[in-house]
Amino acid sequence: MSNQIIQGILLGGYYALIACGLSFMFSVMRIINLAHGSLAVFAAFALWWLASRYHIPPFVGLLIVLPLMAAIGWALQRFLLERSARGGTLLPILTTFGLAIVIDNMLFEQFGADTRSLAPYIGSLSYASWEWPGSIYVGKLAVIMFATAVILLGGLQLFLTRTRLGRSIRATSEDPDTAGLVGVDARRANAVAASIAMVTVGLAGAFLGMRATFDPYAGAPQLLFAFEAAVIGGAGSLWGTLVGGIVLALAQTLGAQVHPQGFLIGGHAVFLVVLFVRLSTSGLGLRGLLRLPSRSAS
Amino acid sequence: MSLLSVENLVVRHGLLQAVRGVSFSIERGETLALVGANGAGKTTLLRAIAGAHQPAAGRVLLDGADLTSVPSHRRVGMGIALVPEGRKLFVQMTVEENLLLGRTAGRPGEWSVDKVLDMFPNLRPRRHAKTGHLSGGEQQATAIGRALMSNPEVLLLDEVSLGLSPLIVDRVYAALQGLIASGTTIILVEQDLNRALSVSDRVICMLEGRVALEGPSKAVSRDNVTKAYFGLHRKSPGSVPA
Amino acid sequence: MSAVSSSPVIERGTMTSRIAAIAVAVIIALLAIAPQFLSAGAVDRMTALFIYVILAAMWNALAGFGGLVSVGQQVFFGLGAYFTIRLADAGLNPFASLFVSAIVVGIVSWPLSFFMLRLRNGEFAIGMWVIAALTHLLVNLDRLVQGETGTSLISLNVYDAGTRRATIYWLALASMTALLAVLFGLLRGSTGAAIRAIRDNEDAAASVGVRVTGTKRLLFVLAAFGIGVAGALWLATSITFQPKTYFNVQWTAYMIFMVLVGGIGTFEGAILGALVFFLIETWFGGTGVWYLVGLGATAVLFSLFLPRGLWGTIEERFGLRFLPVGYRVRLPENAPSDDGTAPSPV
Repeated sequence: MSNQIIQGILLGGYYALIACGLSFMFSVMRIINLAHGSLAVFAAFALWWLASRYHIPPFVGLLIVLPLMAAIGWALQRFLLERSARGGTLLPILTTFGLAIVIDNMLFEQFGADTRSLAPYIGSLSYASWEWPGSIYVGKLAVIMFATAVILLGGLQLFLTRTRLGRSIRATSEDPDTAGLVGVDARRANAVAASIAMVTVGLAGAFLGMRATFDPYAGAPQLLFAFEAAVIGGAGSLWGTLVGGIVLALAQTLGAQVHPQGFLIGGHAVFLVVLFVRLSTSGLGLRGLLRLPSRSAS
Repeated sequence: MSLLSVENLVVRHGLLQAVRGVSFSIERGETLALVGANGAGKTTLLRAIAGAHQPAAGRVLLDGADLTSVPSHRRVGMGIALVPEGRKLFVQMTVEENLLLGRTAGRPGEWSVDKVLDMFPNLRPRRHAKTGHLSGGEQQATAIGRALMSNPEVLLLDEVSLGLSPLIVDRVYAALQGLIASGTTIILVEQDLNRALSVSDRVICMLEGRVALEGPSKAVSRDNVTKAYFGLHRKSPGSVPA
Repeated sequence: MSAVSSSPVIERGTMTSRIAAIAVAVIIALLAIAPQFLSAGAVDRMTALFIYVILAAMWNALAGFGGLVSVGQQVFFGLGAYFTIRLADAGLNPFASLFVSAIVVGIVSWPLSFFMLRLRNGEFAIGMWVIAALTHLLVNLDRLVQGETGTSLISLNVYDAGTRRATIYWLALASMTALLAVLFGLLRGSTGAAIRAIRDNEDAAASVGVRVTGTKRLLFVLAAFGIGVAGALWLATSITFQPKTYFNVQWTAYMIFMVLVGGIGTFEGAILGALVFFLIETWFGGTGVWYLVGLGATAVLFSLFLPRGLWGTIEERFGLRFLPVGYRVRLPENAPSDDGTAPSPV
């Protein structure tokens, strides 16, 4: 059992990876990007294509895919989100949902319905494991994944608090108009934030492809996992998404113990329970589950 | 050449015309007070100069260069800084972070976090506190400091005494006197007429989006300003409110 | 009399709308007798169109009037079909099952609303998706459904194909007409004023005493019921029930497409959008994936460049209103007419 708990915790690293971009983008731009999961799957396909066609190992392929994802994030913000956000809070939901449909079906058109995996291209890493005391075997890939999540979250935290650009992004997320008045280019800050979010999505897509299989329509479940982990982790800090990811993964692991089809049910159920507790304890003042800062100025 | 001039500026909020053809200019080192009743258009005018509102007509010039279509964040780099009404601090960020933000696009110059903390010594112990937890006076000091961090040529101050106790207002104005003495160009919006007249070189009184009265602060009588304030100078002066 | 003619006239219908009302009655009458003249295939297609109109109108009721964008409405579509299977299996007449099932869906949605309506914007949207995913998984656990293998509405086979086809057609037509009438009545009645107030500014509406949550709950339950009807009818036309098909997010994608293209927040827009979708599906549905890419891309483009949709744009441009759900102020003849841009009074 302790073995499964450790596997669950390590899987939580993946959920934290996929969730942190979603909640980061939401906290800065107040947009829930419904194409989030589809973009992760896109990144996985890009790595798969590089590996199968040009024999570029996925870890090297990231050097190409991550900058590409950053560019996509920038373009996404400039050409889609910025414009649709001007039409109110509901429009970006529709825009990004439409984008998700486009991405999913383009991937299907390009790569067909077959499930793919990056596992064949990473050598022994996909199955190698370390033995820990108590005859517990932990997959090397799972440990790398978890470590990446911790480093990424820590790096983001440092970036947001210690750098001028990070402060600009935080200021923009609090109050874009005032940010402009103190000299912050809010459009640029948003575009940079979207780029960063997409880089995290690219990383998540890479690990999705290495630890499991994916197909063109795998984006929707990834979006739901990301959303659930972000909400369970709650507002406050980026570290919350790590906690949320671990809770989600443990619930899924437990669900799978109870029933063969209980893996996903366990995850959804713990999400709803957390939501229910949150809603019934917070009273009517609940303004948002994901948001980090409050918007009122003084 | 004037440091900053505004030519026939018109600003609309939807259908409402908040500023209707205002022109004035300010010389380097001068202190200009904008007074007028609520809704006279002072704040809108100040925000239009800072670039927060796009004017429907007219121009804003700094050192002769047309700023009208320059976005607000680039105006900071050209030397215009606004201390907005209601302070508008980033409440999730610390005093120091708010101050550092002021330097994002600012010009090179003498202002630093330490210099701001020297100017407002009571901020020093709160340096790493989130500004949402500060008192009104500390917040106002942070807001002024944040604007100064960009080393502005023109400092725009919108209602810096609003909601503060008289004692704190005295302190804020003492600090402003220091800035004025050091030659900073200032446009300030102030509800308190006496304070506005005593601190400024020149005064503009606005009424319904237009300039109703303009003159040197020493020369205009309080009575004249009051009349312009309420739009009484065109009608028979009945009972002028005190 | 002369004093009256110089002041603005407040009216509900216009001449166009009175003509439109007669036209609607004629169209419904014609549709009712249409199966006599149409081929079997055409009757099936028309049934599909009616179901699309229901889906579009119900999603529009929720998003366009209640401000609640959901990407999980397939949950009610799937449940409408699933409960029909369950009720028919329990021995209820299959046609009766369709509507009892929809009522059950409406009843289920009521407690759900207490939970979901406290989420905002995107959180509500995706929260509904989680509900749909979970419901799908739970339905799969039902032995009767046999997981993704699915099952069929076998009891419908006692009717011969012709009777079945015509009955389902009429039921779909009647359901569509009734649901549109209910929605129209809601929008014209006192609830309509509340709905429009919420649509324009939720916080302001709350501050003047509009029952925001109650009104949203009403729309949420109505939409659940209506989409439940649609799911049940779809099951009746296709007989087989595979959870994957019914709980597919694609249903919500279709709803969003129809409403975005037709005109979100306009009564006529949803109907127009369903018609457009129906035609596109008829012409391009065979192109498979590219058809879906096109739907997604069109939705993106409309949301970016024509967020008011076709009908919203027409209405704005020409001041045209066939089925007036609001009031409008007509200025006297000599005054400059401005009804195209005048905000509809709340």
